[in-house]
Amino acid sequence: MSEASIRACFHRTLPAVALLASLFAVSGARAQTDLLNVSYDPTRELYREINAAFIAEWNAANPKKIRGIRQSHGGSGSQARAVIDGLNADVVTLALAGDIDAIAGRAGKLPKDWQARLPHNASPYTSTIVFLVRKGNPKGVTDWGDLVKPGVQVITPNPKTSGGARWNYLAAWAWAERAFNRDEARVRDYIAALLRNVPVLDTGARGATTTFAQRGIGDVFLSWENEAHLALAEFGAGRLEIVYPQLSILAEPPVAVIDGNVDAKGTRAEAEAYLRFLYTPKGQAIIARHHYRPREPQHADPKDVAKFPLLTLVTIDEAFSGWGKAQPVHFGDGGTFDQLYKPGR
Amino acid sequence: MPGFGLGFGIIVTALSLVVLIPLAALVLKAAGAGPEEIWALATSPRVLSALRISFGLALLAAAVNVVFGLIIAWVLVRYDFLGRRIIDAAVDLPFALPTAVAGIALAALYAPNGWIGALLAPLGVKVGYTPAGILMALIFIGLPFVVRTVQPVLAEMEAELEEAAALLGASRWKTITGVILPPVLPAVLTGFTLAFARAVGEYGSVIFIAGNIPMVSEIAPLLIVIRLEQFDYAGAAVIGVVMLLLSFILILGLNLLQAALRRRLGHV
Repeated sequence: MSEASIRACFHRTLPAVALLASLFAVSGARAQTDLLNVSYDPTRELYREINAAFIAEWNAANPKKIRGIRQSHGGSGSQARAVIDGLNADVVTLALAGDIDAIAGRAGKLPKDWQARLPHNASPYTSTIVFLVRKGNPKGVTDWGDLVKPGVQVITPNPKTSGGARWNYLAAWAWAERAFNRDEARVRDYIAALLRNVPVLDTGARGATTTFAQRGIGDVFLSWENEAHLALAEFGAGRLEIVYPQLSILAEPPVAVIDGNVDAKGTRAEAEAYLRFLYTPKGQAIIARHHYRPREPQHADPKDVAKFPLLTLVTIDEAFSGWGKAQPVHFGDGGTFDQLYKPGR
Repeated sequence: MPGFGLGFGIIVTALSLVVLIPLAALVLKAAGAGPEEIWALATSPRVLSALRISFGLALLAAAVNVVFGLIIAWVLVRYDFLGRRIIDAAVDLPFALPTAVAGIALAALYAPNGWIGALLAPLGVKVGYTPAGILMALIFIGLPFVVRTVQPVLAEMEAELEEAAALLGASRWKTITGVILPPVLPAVLTGFTLAFARAVGEYGSVIFIAGNIPMVSEIAPLLIVIRLEQFDYAGAAVIGVVMLLLSFILILGLNLLQAALRRRLGHV
């Protein structure tokens, strides 16, 4: 390209550049802001509706408008790692407290006691682990004990890479502890037998749902309750059904403002209001509609609440003394999962 | 200084920015673990098994691609048929397709209820969610490398050579092994090396069809991802460095073999 043609090219693009620059200037002057919510896999649909409702409410009451809330979804652990490595999240809404603990511990972008800053352990909704089986439940699976029967294939993602799978694993462990009167050897035998029945280990919850529902692999899928309802809606209630075990785990997916990021961006007020919105009657109703268990069911549509059968739910704190202990003992390098996953079958 | 002029400077700078500095960072990260820790991790059964699966299947896939790539390149060069240009373009599709899409498509085909998987299931053959599934994915992504390196060499070869061989009384097999193959062998080796190198590090397409069962169908790149999920950056880097070293040794060996071949055959 000759010098003249470069200059001509430059002159042609100059007005466009100026126009772009003025666009940015205008948007700055109107004092609008964006939020980034870094979340885990199955919350897409939930937060799409929450975001629309929250933005409408905030913009009606505040001079500084919110233009949009961007969403990022992925495996809970890798999302936490992205925030630690510098992803500029205003809030995180992850699958388990251990992942937000990691952000607090490794990046120091929020205080260690973050879970005390919002009600209910900073979890505005809960969920649990249920069984998804083929129509008619051909293998007759009704409780955790049936998962180790010969010939029953169980689908669960890899707990090393999936937050949901860690809840699956701990729910099975908690059931076995009760069933075998805390006889650790028998609990370990049970978990090892269960893992032997797993033919495919996907890396995330959505991938495992596809393997089970679309590829037709396996007899039982250990699933988030909300993901199980989504799968029923997506793949047809005529092909799958949900089985509730006698006992399961109370999964508390927590939320937190990332202090380091919101203070740098000047979005603290919006980010805090966004998370508080989840606890409002309107937020709780949306939560129930998306098959998460609301903390305050009186605000939700009774039809939605009726979908949540009562079952014994153990918490991570009472059964495992919290994530700080459960994570290294079970899922750390050389933890029980590594020990009990018997290779080479 | 002779040989240390502008050209040398550009090569070193470009190579440093693009290749050497990131690799140095990787090695540095791996060194964060102590020597005993590195050795224990690199020789743990699960890592060894994953390396065996990744390298073994990548070599096998590259070998399969050599056979089919050579045939496809031959047909594309020597035969004119309806839709030849379309098929010629289609060969490059594995380059363009996002690997995750390829993996999901292959998993859908080879799952026990998929189009191909359903045909194989009554025969007791399982492809999806087994090491055979990994092999299918690696063959898919590696095919264009062999076709594209061999095709130009075949195109340059004159058909008269074959005719001469036939006239001089050589059998068809003798013509193939004595006249056609020797000049394309270096290109075939290049294609093999590229297909192998691509397959060894492949992650996206494989995880959807592998089943990811430790010690059975778990590839080394997945082990790296698992380490990262545990915030074990040093451990991930150690496995990365081991893969890098193995790859480097193999590729160096292949390149030396290729250089020797070219010398012996006296071909460019």
